[in-house]
Amino acid sequence: MTNLPSATEKKLGLAIDLDTCVGCHACVISCKEWNTSNYGAPLSDVDAYGASPVGTFLNRVHTFEIKADNRPAQTLHFPKSCLHCEDAPCVTVCPTGASYKRTQDGIVLVNEDDCMGCGLCAWACPYGAREMDAEAGIMKKCTLCVDRIYNENIPEEDRVPSCVRTCPAGARHFGDFADPDSNVSRLSAERGGVELMAAQKTRPVNRYLPPRPKADVTGDGQIDIPNPFLEAKNQTAKGFLGWLDKALEKI
Amino acid sequence: MSLSSQPQLDTSPDVSDEIRHTTCYMCACRCGINVHMKNGKVKYIEGNKDHPVNKGVLCAKGSAGIMQHYSPARLKAPMKRVGPRGSGQFEEISWEEAMETAVSWLAPLRKEAPEKLAFFTGRDQSQSMTGWWAQAYGTPNYAAHGGFCSVNMAAAGIYTMGGAFWEFGAPDWEHTRLFMIFGVAEDHDSNPIKMGIGRLKERGAKIIGVNPIRSGYNAVADEWVGITPGTDGLFILAIIHELLKAGKVDLDYLVRYTNAPFLVNDDPESKDYGLFLRGRNNKPQVMDRKTGKPVAFDRKGVTPDLVKTHKAKGSTWRPVFQLLAEKYLSEENAAENVAGRCGVSADTIRRIAAELAHVAFEEEITIDQPWTDWKGQKHDKMIGRPVSFHAMRGISAHSNGFQTCRALHMLQILLGSVEVPGGFRFKPTYPKPVEAHPAPHCKVTPGAPLDGPHLGYPRGPEDLCLAEDGSAARIDKAFTWDNPLSAHGMMHMVISNAHAGDPYKIDTLFMYMANMSWNSSMNSAGVMQMLTDRDESGEYVIPRIIYSDAYSSEMVAYADLILPDTTYLERHDCISLLDRPICEADAVADSIRWPVVEPDRDVRCFQSVLIELGARLGLPGMVNEDGSPTYKDYADYIQNHERRPGVGPLAGFRGKDGTGKGRGEPNPNQIQAYIDNGGFWIDHIPPEAAYYKPWNAAYQDWAVERGLYDKPQPYLFQLYVEPLARFQRAARGHGDIQPPEHLRQHILENMEPLPSWRPPFEDTAVDTEEYPFHALTQRPAAMYHSWGSQNAWLRQIHGANPLYVSGEIFARYGFKDGDWAWVTSRHGRIKVPVVRMDALNANTVWTWNAIGKRAGAWALDEKAPEATRGFLLNHLISELLPPKKDGMRWSNSDPVTGQAAWFDLRVKIERADPGNGVSQPHAPTQKSPVGQGPDTIAYGGDLK
Repeated sequence: MTNLPSATEKKLGLAIDLDTCVGCHACVISCKEWNTSNYGAPLSDVDAYGASPVGTFLNRVHTFEIKADNRPAQTLHFPKSCLHCEDAPCVTVCPTGASYKRTQDGIVLVNEDDCMGCGLCAWACPYGAREMDAEAGIMKKCTLCVDRIYNENIPEEDRVPSCVRTCPAGARHFGDFADPDSNVSRLSAERGGVELMAAQKTRPVNRYLPPRPKADVTGDGQIDIPNPFLEAKNQTAKGFLGWLDKALEKI
Repeated sequence: MSLSSQPQLDTSPDVSDEIRHTTCYMCACRCGINVHMKNGKVKYIEGNKDHPVNKGVLCAKGSAGIMQHYSPARLKAPMKRVGPRGSGQFEEISWEEAMETAVSWLAPLRKEAPEKLAFFTGRDQSQSMTGWWAQAYGTPNYAAHGGFCSVNMAAAGIYTMGGAFWEFGAPDWEHTRLFMIFGVAEDHDSNPIKMGIGRLKERGAKIIGVNPIRSGYNAVADEWVGITPGTDGLFILAIIHELLKAGKVDLDYLVRYTNAPFLVNDDPESKDYGLFLRGRNNKPQVMDRKTGKPVAFDRKGVTPDLVKTHKAKGSTWRPVFQLLAEKYLSEENAAENVAGRCGVSADTIRRIAAELAHVAFEEEITIDQPWTDWKGQKHDKMIGRPVSFHAMRGISAHSNGFQTCRALHMLQILLGSVEVPGGFRFKPTYPKPVEAHPAPHCKVTPGAPLDGPHLGYPRGPEDLCLAEDGSAARIDKAFTWDNPLSAHGMMHMVISNAHAGDPYKIDTLFMYMANMSWNSSMNSAGVMQMLTDRDESGEYVIPRIIYSDAYSSEMVAYADLILPDTTYLERHDCISLLDRPICEADAVADSIRWPVVEPDRDVRCFQSVLIELGARLGLPGMVNEDGSPTYKDYADYIQNHERRPGVGPLAGFRGKDGTGKGRGEPNPNQIQAYIDNGGFWIDHIPPEAAYYKPWNAAYQDWAVERGLYDKPQPYLFQLYVEPLARFQRAARGHGDIQPPEHLRQHILENMEPLPSWRPPFEDTAVDTEEYPFHALTQRPAAMYHSWGSQNAWLRQIHGANPLYVSGEIFARYGFKDGDWAWVTSRHGRIKVPVVRMDALNANTVWTWNAIGKRAGAWALDEKAPEATRGFLLNHLISELLPPKKDGMRWSNSDPVTGQAAWFDLRVKIERADPGNGVSQPHAPTQKSPVGQGPDTIAYGGDLK
């Protein structure tokens, strides 16, 4: 049993815009390539070229369909990684103290030296956000690129998680949710940022910005112009030429 | 653990020893990348923030470049085939033996019959160089893969307005307020479209996605139009009908910048029916509203009329716009009359037309930027119509694709939204009208170069590539009466035609980066057969095959001689203005690749091999007078070759002092200058030249200064494409160059100078009640070219491809989760796993493109899901239309450009016994010349 801090100085996390995510997996692979050669053990790929490849990924994109009766179905791309919960059950369940939540910024990390690979934390996480590395026998998870965001060896503008830096659509935002004026706090407030599975009471830090309503699904056309249909000026080709002649006089 | 004793982390570890800036090649997007090197190995690849294409972002493919570079599927050395074709049995040989073998095949051919070499390059980003080589060799048989990709979009764009989408231009992402994207999953451009969509979302602009499949971009679109495949043209023409009916077109724009006022012969009895009225200097004439007389279109002070009919030379002549209005105002284009076929309600069509009109005309934007037009008239501001469009392969890859793409370009023009703020903007070297492009050339002289560039834009029948007897001059039959405007060639027909000896037999097939025995061909199983068939004497029907690839692809097994290429991190390249540049709407730009890692094996950059081969063959331009090679390698060519005096492959840092922009003599330190500048060169367009490029005097002058062309070339958009009318004129029996009888009607129907919609050929060739469904492919964003399957990371995202079946079809046939289906077309039958998808046109099934792999290829286990459950839709698609009892082989292609009609496919479906869980057909395992990949990877543990 490991203790959680009662509060952290910062609450670093991600605001992920589900209205913008096109499901391209750029974040998935950028995460993999940064983290396989940085913090902790590499992210292995077992049976990499075989029948059942199993690799460790700290971030994955899931795709869902949403279908209501008599409405067109929607497709939703849903990137998922550790949400750095304030009441992180993965930390409190850890028997060795390897899982911990940093007091200074709230990042949930695994101290790999102390991890014995029991997997209890993955069971405890309601989001399925942790993955046991099959080669190293160590639990891996999103570090929020703790080795990037403070890293003085990279340009200041690049001190964001690898997934955020690479996202082509700009659907991923990184910042401090403890600061109400931060980019992520403001975005979350404006867009009604959602706490994923709030009923689990894990108090996740990350927020998902919900998709805006789709015109074809709501069925109202979402049209905000005064006249939704054009007024026909000319029902016939001849009538059109008369109109055209007059219109040309005006230009 | 107590909170006070939390681990002390090193949060500033060293990232890398060095960053090397080069250009990605994981797809065709050509993003700038920072390659972080550690201990001499590639540690991390990220987007280059300064780069004009991707501005720092990078997609999944780009980030997975490490796994591509260290792939076990990389070829190791030159090889010659030692087993039967297709078996994959090879023996490694030296480069000297490989080069001498190639020379011993190619030198005699050049002397006697250069056309017996067919040289086709697939995903080639060096076409200005490979084309130059083929021209010097003297064969007419050269092209890259455009014919089976998106030539309809490119050719329709060039003929209509001097450019199309992607490399030709892009939406004005910063100003557009309504964006419509047709038929695009992951496609060119890859990252810029995602970045653009992100910008639109930030600004609250509306996105409408028109696509049978709601994936990717369509998933985030504010409105999805799940159109029936092949009906986009109908849908667009109905929007045009609504706009015309309401008078919502930009008349001022049409009068100034298009051929809307040009007078067209409207007398069907006249031999010049359909052609423009021309005056002195052969200039098209328009009616002047002030005088009521016809004058040259570009006369100063003319006020062109769009209404008046004119009588002259015994015929009636009518303005283009009058013909256009009459055609599209006709009731057959009314929303009600197309709704059923499009699968889109009439109300939706009308509402979208109204939204386009509203945003274009009621939300007009202006930029306070004076500019001067080509006639010298000054304008005090730039007026924008903030609607924009993008489309690529989805609407192109149909047999009605050319005219559909034309219709889309016409819609943009009628709205006045091309090259204005908020609309569609060209990227230099475009805009470039037909007149600025060469016509195709095909005249063969043994032992000498071809008479000019292979590919181009025919102006009329005189530019076709025909032999004296009227038969096709090219092996792919490009630029023939069957498909006169095949501007990118027809690579998909090469093997089929060579096998049939139609129009003639060839000796050597030489290909680069084209997986023709697998996912890049229609009728893959048939192609494998053609490549292995032998004639009566026991020789292969296609006698010799040379192939270059970096990886152990399916095509490797079918070659006799393998020239192994490097990976993209080991080579020089130029993304050249002479070719398919990376420019932005606001800037001219080009870039390089350079060896950020040295090859660790006996492989060579293909272009360097080609240059050496050219020197050994003594090709003009590649050998000096003393017989020594002109260029040491590709890098030497990139830096020193001049296409015109002062204009070479790279536009930046020219001249001895490296200050030349676009023009200047070769600079011996040019490549180093690119490396020092982050791998690219960029030069911004002045603000007064930023819009109205075809008619903007400042832009025209700037383009000449930069060497994009040699004199200003302002031009008008061609709503009416006269070159098409010239082919129709011939089909009516006029002129010296006449089509064969069996194609007269075909030409008249398909070469209409104003776009029309016809059903896809397959719809008329098969019983659509027997084959009720449409079958498509899409490219997955994480793996959109076929080289990704050996990539350990990417294949965990897309390792197998089910057939996605619409909810309606799924329910009707009683499918359940985990079921398999037989899918049958007129051509073939496949057994595949199915998955239900509701966000899909009700009559459509689809799968991811190029995921299925042949067992033994790509260094994968033969039990890999790509080779077991994975499958190709290609087996269902024939390269030919069903026989018409006339003895002819009719290509399954667009009748105007010859573009492969992949998406015309009609199928039927039934439940199948899953059996052994292996998709059918299942080609036998090919022996891997590179062995199989390792069991486990844990990359980067040694790079911390």
